[in-house]
This record gives sequence, structure tokens and C-alpha cells, in this order.
Amino acid sequence: MTASLDNGLIVEDVYKAYGSKVVLDNLDLRVRNGEFCTLVGPSGCGKSTLLRLILGEEQPSAGRIILNGETLGPPNARRGIVFQRYSLFPHLSVIDNVSLGLRLGGRPGSERIPARESRAEAMQYLERMRLAEHAGKYPHQLSGGMQQRVAIAQSLIMKPEILLMDEPFGALDPDTREDMQLFLLELWEQKQMTLFFVTHDLEEAAFLGTRILVLSQYYTDDRGNGDGVNRGAKIVADHQLPRSPFGTGVKFSPEFGDLIAQIREEGFNPAYLQHARDFNLKHPDAFQTLTELELRG
Amino acid sequence: MTTPRFLGIHARPGKLLGWALAALPFLLALGLYLWASDIRHRDNPNDKLLPTPAQMVDAAGRMAFEQDRRTGTYPMARDTISSLKRLLTGVALAASAGLLLGLNMGLFPGMGATLSPFVTFLSMIPPLAILPILFISFGVDELAKVMLIFIGLFPLIARDMQLAVRKLPGEQITKALTLGASQLELAYRIVLPQILPRLIETVRLSLGAAWLFLIAAEAIAADDGLGYRIFLVRRYLAMDIILPYVLWITLIGYLMDLALRYSLQWAFPWYGGNDDE
Ligand SMILES: Nc1ncnc2c1ncn2[C@@H]1O[C@H](COP(=O)(O)OP(=O)(O)OP(=O)(O)O)[C@@H](O)[C@H]1O
Ligand SMILES: [Mg+2]
Repeated sequence: MTASLDNGLIVEDVYKAYGSKVVLDNLDLRVRNGEFCTLVGPSGCGKSTLLRLILGEEQPSAGRIILNGETLGPPNARRGIVFQRYSLFPHLSVIDNVSLGLRLGGRPGSERIPARESRAEAMQYLERMRLAEHAGKYPHQLSGGMQQRVAIAQSLIMKPEILLMDEPFGALDPDTREDMQLFLLELWEQKQMTLFFVTHDLEEAAFLGTRILVLSQYYTDDRGNGDGVNRGAKIVADHQLPRSPFGTGVKFSPEFGDLIAQIREEGFNPAYLQHARDFNLKHPDAFQTLTELELRG
Repeated sequence: MTTPRFLGIHARPGKLLGWALAALPFLLALGLYLWASDIRHRDNPNDKLLPTPAQMVDAAGRMAFEQDRRTGTYPMARDTISSLKRLLTGVALAASAGLLLGLNMGLFPGMGATLSPFVTFLSMIPPLAILPILFISFGVDELAKVMLIFIGLFPLIARDMQLAVRKLPGEQITKALTLGASQLELAYRIVLPQILPRLIETVRLSLGAAWLFLIAAEAIAADDGLGYRIFLVRRYLAMDIILPYVLWITLIGYLMDLALRYSLQWAFPWYGGNDDE
């Protein structure tokens, strides 16, 4: 089956192996534009690897990745990225960091913007991030949370088709982290952007996302469990999440707790091996094509 | 328990004691010299080996403030200017070449694969061993001396710059690409400014070697220069000139190092992390 969704991100039959180690194993995924998609999974299952493939830092061993109808190459301005660390350039002031994209290549398809205008626009972003008074500082003079806000502004100013984030709040203390979560939600609502957010914090993923993907190597299929089987991670569950008016209070509701317990079982329990045909892929955009070896008869 | 002032890893000498401690080895060395010089002069008032301070001041004064009758110049000023010209030209050339080469070798795998083994190989050549070749091919004028400094320094600087580029987090490169940077912009607007402070540090560390090459070249063939003078007066056992010259060279080197250190702090306030809140 070919995925039929003209816009958005499509990952189809993607494999990624390092040497003989298969990390991603025949992965299928479709994300529509405007979705806040979070990705969780056990440590080392390949979350960052999938993100790097979408980003174009690495190429899939097989399969294809398409964004809004076009195959993806090396990293460019179509995709934004916020890493856990090192997203900012230490030699540039905050405002120069944010305006850098406009001063370099400019937005895809638009003229290069003169220096003064790009600074003015960067200033607007900083104001929205509540960072205006720090415009002249260097990154090392900011707290971790502020640095991540600058990094988000720096990416957003390019108006990327999708913003990728790899554990962006992983290095922050719990309070700052919660602030940043609310902040990001607010921003996402305003901008209606597509977010692909990797975290290993289940609460964070369930709280933020409109859709939560569980990537895991803990499953089974018709290839069996013999010696020669070298299985990599698949998306083993795909939940649509209600986007209701929220506060952080929802984190304490029973439904929220149940969902997290369910995800923990589906993806994080090495003893709980679902068959690939039984994955919980009820999300309307979910799809999965299994090979004949994976699903016999 | 009070913090120890001197002993152990927890010691905090404080400002005053810090200065006193720093001065101590200097004073000891000076005292030792004066004592030895005094003993020799008591034995033999004409001793040349360990001149007294008065003799050195006298000799240095002659070199600095008396015109040379033949050339009409002040020898010490002339030596200093000639030496500095050679040194600075050589170091500047080596730094620029090393920076550009290292940047490209570090960032572009093709360049790295082509040049890296060659530069590593070059850096293993003992520069003094090819000094005769330099004199033969570039003549005994300025060029050969500058070339010696250049050849001695630039492979080292290039390799260090290459390492500095490789040490940049890969995230930064990716990030720059997602901000629409072309490969040239990446090299010259993202990577270059970030390795400049490291270049200054490398140059600071290389200055000692640069002086070594300069003095060696001047000792062998030159008609002025600090190294030339030292080796010239050696024939007369003129320790009263050699010692002040050595002190003078040391002082110049120290001031250069200081200047580079301050320029680093001044020009790159972001460098070195959180020390300037
Ligand atoms: N360049 C590489 N070469 C070889 N193996 C790699 C490479 N990159 C990743 N791997 C392996 O691929 C697997 C997945 O790594 P990845 O970083 O994607 O995991 P992750 O899910 O992001 O983990 P974490 O939660 O710890 O961030 C790991 O087992 C890792 O050892
Ligand atoms: Mg990761």
C-alpha cells in the first residue's frame, strides 16, 4: 500500500542499520500538518535515529521519507531542529542567533532579508518568547530554559515545514521544564505548526502531544525468535490524544494515568511481546505494511 | 578548621601571599647569581663569566644608547626591530595559512583526506634540519629566516585548527544547515569565528618555538638581529651583553604572550564559558 496523504510527513518502509545492528525495522509513519506528534520509547531504541533520518543528517538504509510531496535530502531550511544542547552558536549574541537564519540563506523561496529588517523581526520573536531584555547577551549568560527558548525562536523564524525536537527539555529542572511545556503548547496553538517531539518522559509526551507514537524493539512477529533474527524497533502503538482545554492539572487525572500505564506496557516492558499484527495502531493516520516474512499467510 | 594558606589542594594563598610566593623563586635565583658573581669577582676582578649588575647595565646601556660609528644606528634598537619583523612576519604567515588549511581540512572530509596525512608528515620534519636547504634555496636574506619560522609553525597550527573544527559539536553544523547556510557560509561565518580564539591560544604556545627558529637562523647567517648579536659577542665572551639580551628577549616574549592573552579576552568575550557574568 502507498500512503495516500498529499501533505505532511510520510515515512515508508524505512530501515536503518549500523553495521549488522538493525535499529529501525520496516517503519511506516504518516503525520499530517499541524499535528503535535510526540515519540517515546525505551532508551536506545532509535528515537534519535528516526529524527536524524527525517532531519536528513543520515540516510535510511532502505525506504523513503517524504515531506509535503518532496523527497528529503541533507538538512536544510525546510526542517527546523532543536537539540537538547548545542543548538545555539556561542559566538553570537541572542539576537544574532535568532536572526542568523534570515541573514544566511533566508527563508526558502524568499529573498534574502536586509540586516536591519531581520534584526527587527528577530526582536519580535524574542518579545514573544519573553526574552527581549536579553537580546544583547551571549548564550552562556542565559539559564538553560532561556537558552532553549532562544533555540526555539531561532528555528521558528525560518518558518520550517516541520519542527523537530530531540529531548529539548531533557536538561532542565522540573519547574523550568513545566514552564517550557506550557510555553511550547501556547506557541503551537498560535502558529499551527507541525511538531515532532522526541522525549523519554512519558508524562511529557502524553501531556504535550495530540498524537503519541511508541517506538520499541519489544515485540514479536513471524520471523520468530531464532538466532539469526536481528530485529529492530517498530512503532508498536499510536494513540490519538484529546486536545481539551488543559492546565497541568490533567497530569493528575485517572485517564492520564491509565494511558501512561498502557504505554509503559506496550513499549517499555521487555516481557510483553505483542505480535506485529496486533499493534495498537488505531490512529486514523496510522499505517503499517508488513513483509511476508514478518507476517506469513 | 581554617583554610590552609599554602599546603594541600584546599589552600587559598590570597592576594598578598600570592604575590610574595610568585616573587620568591625570582628573588632566590637573583640572590644565587649575585652571590656566585661576587665570589668569582673576589678571586679575579676581571672575571667575564658572571658579570656584576653594574657591568651589565653599563654594557646594555652602550648597546642601547650609543650609536654604532660605522652604521650610525643604535645596535639594540636595530637588532630588536629586525628580529621582530622576521618573527612577526613568520608567525602571521603561519597563523593565516594554518587557520585556512586547518579549517578546510577539519570541515571538508575531502580536503582532510587529501591533506591531513601530508601535513602530519610535514610536521614531523625537524625544521632546523632543513635550515641549510632554506639558505640554499631562499638565500641568506630575510626570506629564509621567515620561511624557517613559517615551516616550523604552520603544520602544527593547521593540525590544531583541524582538531578545533572537529571538536565543534556536530549539532552546530546541522543547525546551521537548517538555518539555510551554504557550505561556504558554514565555513566562514559559523566555524571560522568559533576557532579564532583557539588560534590565538595556539599562537601563544608557538611563540617559544618561533623564537627558537629565529635565533637559530640569525646565529647562522645575518647581519643584525638579537640572535645575531648574541652569537657575535660570544666570541669575546661578552656575558655582560649576552645576559641583558637574553633578558630583553624574554621580556619581549612575555609581553607578547600577555598582549595575546588580553586580546583574547577583549575580542572574544564569549570564549571560555561562564567566567564573565
Ligand atoms: N552512528 C552510529 N553508529 C552505530 N550505532 C549507532 C549509531 N547511532 C546510534 N547507534 C545505535 O542505534 C541505537 C539507537 O540509538 P538512538 O540514539 O537513536 O537511541 P534513542 O532512542 O535516541 O536513545 P536515547 O533515549 O538514549 O536518546 C543505539 O543502540 C545506538 O547504539
Ligand atoms: Mg536520543
